[in-house]
Amino acid sequence: MSSIGTGYDLSASQFSPDGRVFQVEYAQKAVENSGTAIALRGKDGVVFAVEKLVTSKLYEPGTNKRIFTIDRHVGMAVAGLIADARQLAENARSEAASYRSQYGNPIPLKYLNDRVSMYIHAYTLYSAVRPFGSSLILGTYDPDDGPQMYMIDPSGVSYGYFGCAIGKAKQAAKTEIEKVKLGDLTCQELVKEAARVIYLVHDELKDKHFELELSWVGKHTDGLHVKVPKNVQEEAEKSAKAALEEESDSEEDI
Amino acid sequence: MFEVSALHNFGFPANSLDLLGNNEFQTINDDPIGHFHTPITTATSVLGLAFDNGVILAADTLGSYGSLARFKNISRVLKVNKNIILGVGGDYADFQYLKELVNGKMIGEECLEDNVPLKPASLHCWLTRVLYQRRSKVDPLWNNVLIAGVQNKTPYLGFIDKLGTAVKDTVIATGFGAHIAVPLLRNGVQKKPNMNKQEAEELIVKCMEVLYYRDARSFNKYELGIITPDEVQIKGPISIKANWDISQYVSGYE
Repeated sequence: MSSIGTGYDLSASQFSPDGRVFQVEYAQKAVENSGTAIALRGKDGVVFAVEKLVTSKLYEPGTNKRIFTIDRHVGMAVAGLIADARQLAENARSEAASYRSQYGNPIPLKYLNDRVSMYIHAYTLYSAVRPFGSSLILGTYDPDDGPQMYMIDPSGVSYGYFGCAIGKAKQAAKTEIEKVKLGDLTCQELVKEAARVIYLVHDELKDKHFELELSWVGKHTDGLHVKVPKNVQEEAEKSAKAALEEESDSEEDI
Repeated sequence: MFEVSALHNFGFPANSLDLLGNNEFQTINDDPIGHFHTPITTATSVLGLAFDNGVILAADTLGSYGSLARFKNISRVLKVNKNIILGVGGDYADFQYLKELVNGKMIGEECLEDNVPLKPASLHCWLTRVLYQRRSKVDPLWNNVLIAGVQNKTPYLGFIDKLGTAVKDTVIATGFGAHIAVPLLRNGVQKKPNMNKQEAEELIVKCMEVLYYRDARSFNKYELGIITPDEVQIKGPISIKANWDISQYVSGYE
């Protein structure tokens, strides 16, 4: 890498001569080493799906979850360093709680996104701190404004999305997501798509075992962010595996 | 420095009139120690009664402004989760603060997604800490709180006063109800130990009626909170059909 040895990559508070902040780019690399996380925004809600890589058979199932509930109405999926992500979840929760106590309403996602983005951004400015090695996807559903979704990266930049992917296989996942008619689909349909995308982009050779985490927030959950019910999850995983089989069969035909 | 008068009682209303009959609240700004809040909009008694498999709470819907019946339709019996209900008397603003505090606590609990719902004994203890901290800052939350719920399949009924004193019992009433309703409730329990839900409700309703006749700060509309292992119910507002025909026979108090 061109940055190494130049001395411009040692601090988050120094630019390189061509205008880059290498520490932030390294943080973004950290995100790309992690299992894939995606979120899809349909017509009546947002669905989160995470490929949680399990690196040892000795771990208990369900540990180190990568989907968080920030407030009753906000869900968050993360990729990157899990410990960093937890700190960000804490921060997001306290911002959501502070908004609630000050204004008596649940925080609009736009504001939560702004606040969390600024917090992440602040960690790209000083030599005494390192940037967060995590990207976040925040999602909510509001009866008036419909579903909303934002993704924030380690630089503190964020955009609103209809569908987004972070982590290891984000490119492959994005290509798959682009084929989905996101705006027309309900959460029930999206959850199957989300599971399918995660199963599809999972690299069986490099990462053997993974757990699929699914959650949603939408009209059907009364605007609450909750885990996808067990039966729906099983159904989605079944159809994801079936879709995968079908794909490999058709490849063999050619 | 300064001398604290023997009559100094820190503004608690039980003996807020000094020996000369002066209301301490009027001179409270001269207090060298500092002044603190006095209740403004207040709500009267809360009743609580444990029955065979649950607990019933009752509180009227009046917010008094001194002796003025200022707000006639305020609610102060609330559901916390499927295990806990609260009934609160005293300062209504402090109750509203407490309510948001508990709500924030519940959001924090729900974010853990551990499927371990908060139990009444835990909330009772936690609220005790909140109220005791405030009294130790000499800025008490001016409330009486009843915590009702079901824990390990047995009814739970707890009480906290504004000083953070915690009590557990099967029959509790706050305020004027402690004088008027407790004897009636204890009598009822003695006559019929292990009441069922319906019997408990009838007894509580009777007490609310008696309180309406006897307590000048009470009201003819009230709410009931009933909690059993299967159900949490907030009933009301229920109206009392009063009969004042006999009032002419009450004399000698003028």
